[in-house]
Amino acid sequence: MTLRKAVLLGASIAAAGLAFASAAQAQNEQFIPGLIYRTGAYAPNGIPFANGVADYYALVNERDGGINGVKILYEECDTGYATDRGVECYERLKNKGPTGAAYVNPLSTGITFALTEKAPIDKIPVISMGYGRSESRDGSVFQWNFPLLGTYWSAADIIMQHIALKEGGFDKLKGKKIVLVYHDSPYGKEPIALLEQRAKMHGFEFTPMPVTHPGVEQKATWLQIRQNRPDYVLLWGWGIMNSTSIKEAAAVGFPRDKMFGVWWSGAEPDVRPAEGGAKGYSAAMLQHGAGQFGVHADLKKFLYDKGKGSAKWDEVGEVLYNRGLVNAMLGVEAIRKAQTKFGNKPLTGEQVRWGIENLDISAARLKELGFEGMLQPLKVSCSDHEGTRAGRVQQWDGAKWVVVSDWYQSDDKVLKPMVDAAAKKYAEEKKLPVRDCSKES
Amino acid sequence: MLGAFLETLIGGLLTGVLYSLVALGFVLIFKASGVFNFAQGAMVLFAALTIARLSGEIDNKEVHLANFVVAAAILGLAVALIGWYAWREFVARGGGPDERRKMQILAAVGALVGGIAAYSYGKGAWPIWLAIAATAAIMGLLAYAIERLVLRHLVNQEGIILFMATLGIANFLDGFGQTLWGSDIYKINLGLPKDPIFLFEAVFPGGLLVDPGELVAAAIAAGLVVVLAIFFQKTRVGRALRAVADDHAAAQSVGIPLNTIWLIVWTVSGLVALAAGLIWGAKLGVQFSISLIALKALPVLILGGFTSVPGAIVGGLIIGAGEKLSEVFLAPILVKAFDLAGGGIENWFAYMLALVFLLFRPQGLFGERIIERV
Repeated sequence: MTLRKAVLLGASIAAAGLAFASAAQAQNEQFIPGLIYRTGAYAPNGIPFANGVADYYALVNERDGGINGVKILYEECDTGYATDRGVECYERLKNKGPTGAAYVNPLSTGITFALTEKAPIDKIPVISMGYGRSESRDGSVFQWNFPLLGTYWSAADIIMQHIALKEGGFDKLKGKKIVLVYHDSPYGKEPIALLEQRAKMHGFEFTPMPVTHPGVEQKATWLQIRQNRPDYVLLWGWGIMNSTSIKEAAAVGFPRDKMFGVWWSGAEPDVRPAEGGAKGYSAAMLQHGAGQFGVHADLKKFLYDKGKGSAKWDEVGEVLYNRGLVNAMLGVEAIRKAQTKFGNKPLTGEQVRWGIENLDISAARLKELGFEGMLQPLKVSCSDHEGTRAGRVQQWDGAKWVVVSDWYQSDDKVLKPMVDAAAKKYAEEKKLPVRDCSKES
Repeated sequence: MLGAFLETLIGGLLTGVLYSLVALGFVLIFKASGVFNFAQGAMVLFAALTIARLSGEIDNKEVHLANFVVAAAILGLAVALIGWYAWREFVARGGGPDERRKMQILAAVGALVGGIAAYSYGKGAWPIWLAIAATAAIMGLLAYAIERLVLRHLVNQEGIILFMATLGIANFLDGFGQTLWGSDIYKINLGLPKDPIFLFEAVFPGGLLVDPGELVAAAIAAGLVVVLAIFFQKTRVGRALRAVADDHAAAQSVGIPLNTIWLIVWTVSGLVALAAGLIWGAKLGVQFSISLIALKALPVLILGGFTSVPGAIVGGLIIGAGEKLSEVFLAPILVKAFDLAGGGIENWFAYMLALVFLLFRPQGLFGERIIERV
């Protein structure tokens, strides 16, 4: 045997051994795909979120050795916030790991719409935390969708309650003008139905104004706003559209304290580029805001002190980073819940779906997890895939976000009939079976 | 009503000047080489990112140090290559191998000095003028690389092949720029005024709002247009460029070096991209979306013709004013009259305006009418 052959043989044996070892290890891993975006027009908002998600999974692996001993295998795929690329990522990742994807977080309402059709076939639950179809909270129709923590109808309702409180009651809104500046996409259009309903109820004039992707050209919109002089402007933007809106508002002199964004328009990358112009601008909170809590101490100890963190330490605790943490935590807790029924092993999407639907996180559990102060307890059920409808409002003081309201609950007397009607219509259109939630445990 | 109309018109015209600036980059390259450069938008982004990062604030030493080392390397390389190229031209005109060696040493020393200067400046944010100068050098280097690595190999190929090559360049630059400099929103601080100006407050209630930042930007753009027009019409290089545009082979036969002309054109186009990136970046923040602004130049080109500098300017103004006026005044009427679902019309309206125009002037506003014998 020549030296060359000997080296080759040795290398192949070593490679085979490695492959065997990693295969054995892979048998006890739970695969979770990450549809994120670190490039493209929406990257400034996508990056901190992606870092939060990645860090939380890494923390669970480092600190706890996985979920009850089952390590998390996490793989990112960059969708660029484009629906076609999102579906491609989903198709590529859905069967990875020993049991396939546990669930999928599309991080885009457009991708969520596309996956809503595919998820029931592949039996993979879709967690769209704080986004997606508002009617998908109805689990009797949308068995595989989980818009946890709040839908856009909840967000719009919370903002309207806040405005009503400032004005001295909903009855004071009569005759007022409210404009919605929205991203011209499924995402931006979501709150329109709720706002039209509220306008009908309280007699205010509601005007939706679309801004086309990616939202860097808004001059026409803001000149119209200057001419029409609305009392309030609601902002449903994403990425650079948000900061551009705030800059344009400053340029036409629209008061920033009369401007309210959705929770996807209320993070640091949305206000910082507008500099002084953003002071006084407010946004709804998907419960949590910025800041460091119990879990951040663990992140420092187990990841950042060892140089294993995804972000820079001073970005840990920003709004979207924290949202990534929350999103990952809810997923991990759902898997943990599912393990109580199916055993401490890698689970299929179908098994994890049960876990999400029976997710019940108490205040005590939130404290244990280090999320006390960020979230309120939530309980998901067959009929309620949202889990909670609470939210607050925060305001940018020029340097940081400050919570300026108490907790609001979106008004289910308004929302529930709308959800029921929309879900029923969807079920009829798609000829979907409707579950009887009263019979589900 | 008149006030609102005038205000929208002014806003539209100011935006239009900025569209013209991007459209000019396309026109320059098309004029001189018949290539529709799809990478123009990516070049705008790349230039803006480079300026923003070089002049950016230091918020994290480690990351910035890495950036500046890369910047220093690029700057040094740019100095070296541009110097080397100039010397090669010199050698081609009669200099001997000894001079060549000397030049290579000179270029290496230049690179070293440039690199050290860049590196030592790298410890703090660069002043904006230095960042702009460095970016200009980098855009020159980029032009050289594009000419050398892509275009030179595609001489005599179909126009569509060259176009596809620029598509590749666009995607490469988009990705590479973000990989090198990151995808956050970065600031370029030109010190543009921000507080709105209100004109004729006595005539119109509330006055006519004008964004002073846009006014300054439009003035810079207008200045650049004048410089380019003079460059094209009055200088030797400009005349050579026009000759190449008319007929490659004929231009070559009278001794105009095609490769050098292409290099010059791509460099100038890179500098136009730099100006556009600077202005758009200061206005919007530097971020990936800037590259999409280039798409705004397409209706301008359809309208103004691909070969006409005045066409790009007038086209930009018409499209800028047309799309804003249509969005503010036409869209509500359309939506009401036909009970439409709504949605912004300014994006597609610009194209429609341009297409309608083509019905009457297929060669564009100032484009050359092509008459061929068959």
